[in-house]
Amino acid sequence: MRKVAIIGVGMTKVGHLFSESLRSLFSKAVRSALEDAGNPKIDALYVGNMSAGQFNNQENIAALLSDFAGLNGIPATRIEEGCASGAGAIYNGFKAVASGSHDFVLVGGVEKMMDTSTCDATSIVSTVTDQEYEAFLGLSLVGINAMVMRLYMNTFDVGREPFAKFSVQMHDNASKNPYAQFPFKTSMDKAMNSNPVAEPIHLMDCAPLGDGAAALILCPEEYAKKFTSSPVEIIGAGHGMDTFIFHTRDDFLSLKAIRDSARDAYRMAGITPGKVDLMEIHDSFSITAFLTIEDLGFVEKGATGQAIDEGLISLDGPLPVNPSGGLKARGHPIGATGVYQMAEVVLQLRGQAGARQVPGAETGLTNNISGFGASSYVHILRG
Amino acid sequence: MIPKQPVGIIGWGAYLPQYRIKVETIATVWGTYLERYTEGLGVEEKAVAGPDEDTTTIAIEAAQNAIKRAQIESSELGAVLAGSESPPYAVKPTGCTVAEVIGTTPNILAADLEFACKAGTEAIQFCMGLVSSGMIKYGIAIGADVAQSAPGDDLEYATAAGGAAFIIGKLDGKAAASINASSSYVTDTPDFWRRSEQPYPKHGGVFTGQAYFHHVINAGKQLIKELDMKPQDFQHAIFHQPNGKFPEKVAKELGFVSEQIRVGMLVNTIGNTYSGCIPLGLSAVLDNAKPGDNILVVSYGSGAGSDAFYIVAQDAIEDKRELAPTVQDYIDRKEYVDYSCYAKWRRMIIGLEAKR
Repeated sequence: MRKVAIIGVGMTKVGHLFSESLRSLFSKAVRSALEDAGNPKIDALYVGNMSAGQFNNQENIAALLSDFAGLNGIPATRIEEGCASGAGAIYNGFKAVASGSHDFVLVGGVEKMMDTSTCDATSIVSTVTDQEYEAFLGLSLVGINAMVMRLYMNTFDVGREPFAKFSVQMHDNASKNPYAQFPFKTSMDKAMNSNPVAEPIHLMDCAPLGDGAAALILCPEEYAKKFTSSPVEIIGAGHGMDTFIFHTRDDFLSLKAIRDSARDAYRMAGITPGKVDLMEIHDSFSITAFLTIEDLGFVEKGATGQAIDEGLISLDGPLPVNPSGGLKARGHPIGATGVYQMAEVVLQLRGQAGARQVPGAETGLTNNISGFGASSYVHILRG
Repeated sequence: MIPKQPVGIIGWGAYLPQYRIKVETIATVWGTYLERYTEGLGVEEKAVAGPDEDTTTIAIEAAQNAIKRAQIESSELGAVLAGSESPPYAVKPTGCTVAEVIGTTPNILAADLEFACKAGTEAIQFCMGLVSSGMIKYGIAIGADVAQSAPGDDLEYATAAGGAAFIIGKLDGKAAASINASSSYVTDTPDFWRRSEQPYPKHGGVFTGQAYFHHVINAGKQLIKELDMKPQDFQHAIFHQPNGKFPEKVAKELGFVSEQIRVGMLVNTIGNTYSGCIPLGLSAVLDNAKPGDNILVVSYGSGAGSDAFYIVAQDAIEDKRELAPTVQDYIDRKEYVDYSCYAKWRRMIIGLEAKR
């Protein structure tokens, strides 16, 4: 296998981008990434997207997006893996370069969600759960997370405060991120007293709906220095799966897909969790973030709240989590989220993250999951 | 758009059904959080049409009040223009029913207009043109709706029933106010729509608000610029009121202060009467304005567009005020109904139609 480097990143601001279309958003991210990488000739395209068919009534989007992004004529593939579609595109792009199939691969992610009503968008998002055994019975993604959060709170005897504190930290970070959907701070009072969505989950525990696109340029490490003085290497990649239906899991408070993908990524990278300087994780709900931090091996089960209290995840803490603001405040344009996560870590490892820069970061981790952890990707990067 | 021959509002008349439902009542039925609507939208209660009321009856009541204030014979009217998005019939004009009841038929131009919530202000513009050109002596412009919303939709917390009418004639001593200028700002924007076979409108959620602000602000800015005036020159401003928050934001954006929009702001107590919204707000301002007061009006209709007007109260306004019930009289005349009554009257109970 060849070593793989990232030589370019591009992102649009996440938000309610009513003046943009699926193709214009994606093209903007692609142009930014190409410019950042010094305009290499691209050999293949992998794009993550969850549901253009339902959000935009448009399928066959790999061909469409490659054409409108000025990349017509190269192999273009869409990856759909629910909320993990973005990381799925990265994983496939990584393998294509590592295996020698392609040299310069553009990996992108895009989701244009806001052209539907909130109600319709929520229904579309819920299709990442099982339509026969879960959605059919009225169990939405927030419903599953609410049950798990309640179980977590009862099992480990914690209140809602630690979860609210996580959301406040995400907003603090996003206030320093020009790409964030919610670039403003919030307070514990607002986080605690926001409207309930499905008790004990309140609005401020949830990632928002939003539009966005992000792109990365991957190439063999041996070529990277010709294009950039600061390539970032993907040193580990893991893809884990769990049972699709939530109620067939052995343990509701631990996500096997995350554990398995992390195990494989750490093994490939040859590191232990202790070597990670920062990470971007999948906080679609604050409870998901807690389970993830624990399943990635950073904190004992049930101890995330205490670790947050002790400053573990803050930007100047021992393990900054989601310096971008995470899904909660940077935003969660679903199929693009995994690519946003990696773009953020690349900027951090290059030392180009501005006011949210984690000082001296050398090794970063990304984790992108689908549904309630039906699948998971972990990637480890070194600057 | 400045009329060639000056035109004015000779008479104005409002109508609101006497029934109200509290937003709290609706929130209880759907299990939603009251503050989302009372604080988030600034709406406390809304006017509900009675079982024997519809857009046509509301338009007639408003027209009759306008004629009382205009002190003209209905036979002097040359046009009856009814603006609404909830006419009782898909095919059969409301305008001709109103014309018949107020006694202007048969030699009358009668028509219906539809442009979501701004059909009423379009009717004013059409009457301005007909009067200014000398084609008619007086025309009556009506905006009225029994506003539609799907049960449980966010819209349901504000959609209300009501309307107002204005008799437009040449500017003379009988005029309560002059309409000095108007301008429109229209684009093809799909923010809110209802196909003919659908009972309730659909909307683009957050996008609907974006469309509202874009059109209202641009129409307002455009007219103020054309007139070479400043926000401080106006004693009153009325911006379309889908809720209590949007017009406040528009006012701030355009440089107006809360006091300037206070008199015409009705949504918190009566809800959003769609095509009746701006006509009712303007009626409330005319109920209170002093001669010489400058009034800015900006409507909004989804689809989308805004009509802006520069209106100046004239001396005759004082004597006409008491000739018909004021908007406040109608706001104060109220009786609360519960959701089951509201659901029955609004024909939301499945099976009622089958029974017929």
